[in-house]
Amino acid sequence: MSDSLFERIGGAAAVDAAVDLFYRKVLSDGRINHFFDDSDLDDQRAKQKAFLTMAFGGPNDYSGKDLRSAHAPLVAKGLGDTHFDAVAENLQLTLNELGVPGDLSAEVMQIAGGTRDDVLNR
Amino acid sequence: MAIRYGKRVYHCGPSETVLEALRRQGVELAYSCTKGTCQTCMLRADGGAVPPEAQAELKDTLRAQGYFLPCVCVPGQDLELAPPDGEAGFFPALVMEAERLAEDVRRLRLRQIKPLSYRAGQFIHLRRADGLLRSYSLASLPGRDRDLELHVKYLRGGRMTTWIFQDLRPGERVEIRGPSGSCFYTEDRPEQPLLLIGTGTGLAPLMGIARDALNRGHTGPIHLYHGTRDPGGLYQKLELEWWATQHGNFHFVPCLSGAEVPRDCRMGRADEVAFAAHPDLGGWRVFLCGCPPMVHAAKKRAYLAGADLAQIHADPFELRDLGESAKSRKSPLPQ
Repeated sequence: MSDSLFERIGGAAAVDAAVDLFYRKVLSDGRINHFFDDSDLDDQRAKQKAFLTMAFGGPNDYSGKDLRSAHAPLVAKGLGDTHFDAVAENLQLTLNELGVPGDLSAEVMQIAGGTRDDVLNR
Repeated sequence: MAIRYGKRVYHCGPSETVLEALRRQGVELAYSCTKGTCQTCMLRADGGAVPPEAQAELKDTLRAQGYFLPCVCVPGQDLELAPPDGEAGFFPALVMEAERLAEDVRRLRLRQIKPLSYRAGQFIHLRRADGLLRSYSLASLPGRDRDLELHVKYLRGGRMTTWIFQDLRPGERVEIRGPSGSCFYTEDRPEQPLLLIGTGTGLAPLMGIARDALNRGHTGPIHLYHGTRDPGGLYQKLELEWWATQHGNFHFVPCLSGAEVPRDCRMGRADEVAFAAHPDLGGWRVFLCGCPPMVHAAKKRAYLAGADLAQIHADPFELRDLGESAKSRKSPLPQ
């Protein structure tokens, strides 16, 4: 059996390398950064780390229910598909910058994309 | 293993975590993830060493104080934990001096019977005889300064500051508790560039931190930006300019956001001036103290400029009323 995505992409070290690149991009992106105005940087960074661990196929306890309740207040403020796409774009840019091979990167994007309906509470 | 916490001693089994042991014996603790991620359950060990994995995810300033995560701590020796909040004692201190540093800033020097173990830049709680309670940062350096030094800014209508400015005299007794806070220097990287940004009496902890760094032989550059609105608020300008003549790696930049800006000061807010001068903070350590909007905005800005979040120490001076005797009143801001 082949190694898991998490092992092939580099495990926890890959998450550590990606988290600041990714979170800085999100915070600098005028399309979405207003959703983070009131959040604590340290808390949010921990959440981004948990999200990337999940998207990289690593051990996590993400559940659809948590994603829904966490994003419900943002959906009420207008969070929609364009914002989800913007976050995904920042994730893709992060993976490109880190030189993650295309096939692994596609797997990551697919896992991340799979959260869309939960995040947008549909 | 035995764990002392508060007034009792608890037993901890051979493969039991501290969190499991305390909860099993009826101690109510806040916790959430139970795997060392969320840091909700963090406690402090004042005696006994905890295993490294119980501190691995914590900031170095927290580790230096003995903080650890009980949910991932299977102790290898007996531990003495810091007492739960509210049980830590107050100790008497004598007011040695209440000196005017600026029109709206007083320096208090407090002497303790029992010397306080603290790091420059941490803060203490100061309690008046009637229970009124406020927190103030420490500008003094343990081992160098005999007394604790606090800088108190006048807040219009503030009960504690009105008392300090109008009535407090040397010889009076107050009570203090502490120290608290993680905004202080650690000496693991002496060559690291340091950026210190403070507004108003946010200067107090930054002076303590800068002195601590210089005193411990820090070799990297130390850039201190102090901002106020008017020239009168740059209350330690001469002293800081003197430091800069004595230490080649210490740089002081006074900043004024008001209309009157003398030639030897920079125009603009301290954080704006600092970030314009240091656009790339990768590898830097950053200390931010003073008014909360500046501290919160500057924290984000420092992170986006490349500083690790673990290397950014922020101490927003929230105007919370800490008084047990008055739970809801807030000190209004000066006009």
